Amino acid sequence: MIRLEKRPQPSRFYGVASPVFAVIATLIFGGALFAILGKDPIQAILTIFWEPLFGEFSFFYRPQLLIKGAPLVLIAIGLALGFKAGIWNIGAEGQYIMGALFGAGVGLAFYPMESWIIFPLMVLAGAFGGWVWAMIPGVLKVKFGTNEILVSLMLVYVAEQFLASMSLGLLKNPEGFGFPGSRNLQQYPSAHNADLVTGTGMHWGVVAALIAVIFAYVLLTRHRLGFAIRVTGEAPRAAKFGGVNPTRLVLFCLGLSGALAGLAGMFEVAGPAGQVTIDFNVGYGFTAIIVAFLGRLHPLGIVCAGGLMALTYIGGDIAQSQMGLPVAAIQVFQGMLLFFLLAFDLLTNYRVRIGQREAI
Amino acid sequence: MDLSAINPVILIAALISAATPILLAATGELVAERAGVLNLGVEGMMITGAICGFIIAVNTGSPALGFVMAAVGGAALSLLFAFLTQVALANQVASGLALTLFGLGLSALMGQSYVGIKPPRMEDVAFGPLGDIPVLGPILFSHDPIVYLGIIIVASVWAVLTFTRAGLVLRAVGENHDAAHALGYKVKRIRTMAIMFGGACAGMGGAYISLIRVPQWTEGMTAGVGWIALALVVFASWKPWRVLLGAYLFGGITQLQLNLQGAGVAIPVEYLAMSPYIVTIIVLVILSADKSRAPGSLGRIFHASQ
Repeated sequence: MIRLEKRPQPSRFYGVASPVFAVIATLIFGGALFAILGKDPIQAILTIFWEPLFGEFSFFYRPQLLIKGAPLVLIAIGLALGFKAGIWNIGAEGQYIMGALFGAGVGLAFYPMESWIIFPLMVLAGAFGGWVWAMIPGVLKVKFGTNEILVSLMLVYVAEQFLASMSLGLLKNPEGFGFPGSRNLQQYPSAHNADLVTGTGMHWGVVAALIAVIFAYVLLTRHRLGFAIRVTGEAPRAAKFGGVNPTRLVLFCLGLSGALAGLAGMFEVAGPAGQVTIDFNVGYGFTAIIVAFLGRLHPLGIVCAGGLMALTYIGGDIAQSQMGLPVAAIQVFQGMLLFFLLAFDLLTNYRVRIGQREAI
Repeated sequence: MDLSAINPVILIAALISAATPILLAATGELVAERAGVLNLGVEGMMITGAICGFIIAVNTGSPALGFVMAAVGGAALSLLFAFLTQVALANQVASGLALTLFGLGLSALMGQSYVGIKPPRMEDVAFGPLGDIPVLGPILFSHDPIVYLGIIIVASVWAVLTFTRAGLVLRAVGENHDAAHALGYKVKRIRTMAIMFGGACAGMGGAYISLIRVPQWTEGMTAGVGWIALALVVFASWKPWRVLLGAYLFGGITQLQLNLQGAGVAIPVEYLAMSPYIVTIIVLVILSADKSRAPGSLGRIFHASQ
């Protein structure tokens, strides 16, 4: 008979090992999935994980790792702070869109003026856009006790409609021959979020992600606010007696995660994407949830997890063009990873005992 | 703009149909939540049901069989959630999100070769002369069987929860799982069954969208209906009849905005399309003042040795 026994303290070993187990299990089951789809599983997995890093064209794919990883890490860092405190912002996708719209909006308002001030203003506007969008569930939660999960998610759909409206209306390129979509910011030097070193994929979004990681690490380990976040998540009653102000904590966590998601959207629209289009958002806001959990809500873990998820995006693209592996298969693969991670987490918090229960 | 083009009788008849997917999904989720399980995977189970039902209906030519298999598909996916939360004792919020992300990917994968196909049509129930009654006929007696099935499910859920022993046990598990366990009830087994019922209902709700409402398959076609269903359970204070009322309210808004789009109102289409989501938020704000109705053990992990 198998019994579970709660550990007095979460296991440190399994805290690190369970994501590794989850990745291994996902590789096995993902390989089986690829085999069912009629693709050679070994080749598919090598194409996804080996090709972008060490393959023949890795010089092209390696910069992509930074481009795809930066928004994931930036968003996941903000989400993880909230998740730690039991504040569930799952509408990062909407905040990402609003950040992009605010950022691009400010940039396009200055067109065709050239000045060094435009890009910093766009950064501020992007962060502000995401912050505002996340403050809606935040304020509703503290004022009326509304569930932030549902409100933040509903706002994703609102933001998607707003994005469609903007790319067909206000932000539409007047010289675009009637096609939907804004002017291309890559052709507007003052607003372009270009590579800092050409060809490395190292744009300002990557810098922002690194700063966010360091900031979150210091906040969680060295600052009183980080302590408040951890206590609230682990023992809400203790936090109350310890003088943590829940209202401020909710607003801080939601606001920060919104601002970071907004920044990610702004860096994306001004750099790799270049323009506001109807299908601008590709689900980074949702994948970042997986990244946050896979990284165990720890800033350094999130960097590793963000890299791994970026790899599945890039490798998935390669596998799609070379082997005809459907994009959706990668989505399933990512979903599976989160499943296995949650399942293996059992080992972190519980001991598995095999055998008869001793008589008490 | 021509508002006279909107016929109130047809609008009400259409809103009953528009409400059915939300109604089915919300009723299933209500049962799971009354058993103390917060399953945020409704959207994932709906979309999986939508594609399972679609595939079966197209291949067999029978929409009825499609709905059955949609329920099976939704329930099968919900078993993953049941395993994570009841056996692996994982956080319910995270597990529900995982289920939604996984379901969206899985359905897109399964539905690849079904884009652009038209499913077989489900015939309306024949009520004979009843359908010819002015006003009441089109509103009450002109629908497909699933509309009536949805109402029957709400009524039975209400009756079972209120009048039967099984319903009492289910509510006991949801209100206080430790006490229910002490009384000898199998908390995990009861919760797993409630989760599967929720999955089956969500699956049928999804199939209603792909087989009857749209009827076609497109990726991510449930477009947040599952999340609206979750909000609806809160709106309904965990009471079945209020779910029915709320579903008709949301169905009405969805249908009205579609009709307004058709009538060419001066408001841009995108802003009309936002309205169901914004209304959901407003309703949540108005109703979340009263949290006392929530089941006591909602969202908490049950581990027997504690």
